[in-house]
Amino acid sequence: MSTPEQQISTAIQEAIAENDVLLFMKGTPEQPMCGFSARTVAALEAVGTPFAAVDILPDPRIRQQLSALSNWPTIPQLFVKGELVGGCDIVTEMYETGELAEVLGVTPPADAPEHAPVAAEPGAPPLTIDNNLVDRS
Amino acid sequence: MPTTDELKQRIETAIPGAEADVVDLTGGGDHFRATVVAAEFAGLSRIEQHRRVYAVFGPEIGGPIHALSLVTRPEA
Repeated sequence: MSTPEQQISTAIQEAIAENDVLLFMKGTPEQPMCGFSARTVAALEAVGTPFAAVDILPDPRIRQQLSALSNWPTIPQLFVKGELVGGCDIVTEMYETGELAEVLGVTPPADAPEHAPVAAEPGAPPLTIDNNLVDRS
Repeated sequence: MPTTDELKQRIETAIPGAEADVVDLTGGGDHFRATVVAAEFAGLSRIEQHRRVYAVFGPEIGGPIHALSLVTRPEA
């Protein structure tokens, strides 16, 4: 029997192997929960690449196992073809120099901004309310 | 709570010859940006350069230091 930690680690490795462009982030591309994740998503969208994303927030063990595998302490983390490219700083720096499009093998759209877009600060997380007070039967 | 001077000193002590410029991004003492110039970064990828600086702080990153944004260069 493998431990939950080992299962998470295996799932992370499979996700990295199966997705050419994979972003581990806080929240989702539609609703990032951290400014650094939001900015990284904005850079990927501006450069015009499709990408998969994993929200690390649902369980603290996802981040622990990810950082143990990648030897990288912070979130977000962008993987391209199985390799860690970097976090928000490196991705935005590579956007500015054109290396990001190169690594991703895409041609940025003609109207892509010269500088990495600054994402809006994330709003307060929405409340998730599980209400069983009312008997709807 | 770490200060910008403390972070600067720790980086410069741990990486000989490095020059670090550290700013507190929010004034809250937990979100920092460091620009680090060190000759030993020559030939290292960005990832390896950043790892070198993160290693100075170990588990404090994500703990008391909530965020450390980095710009690293081998020369000024």
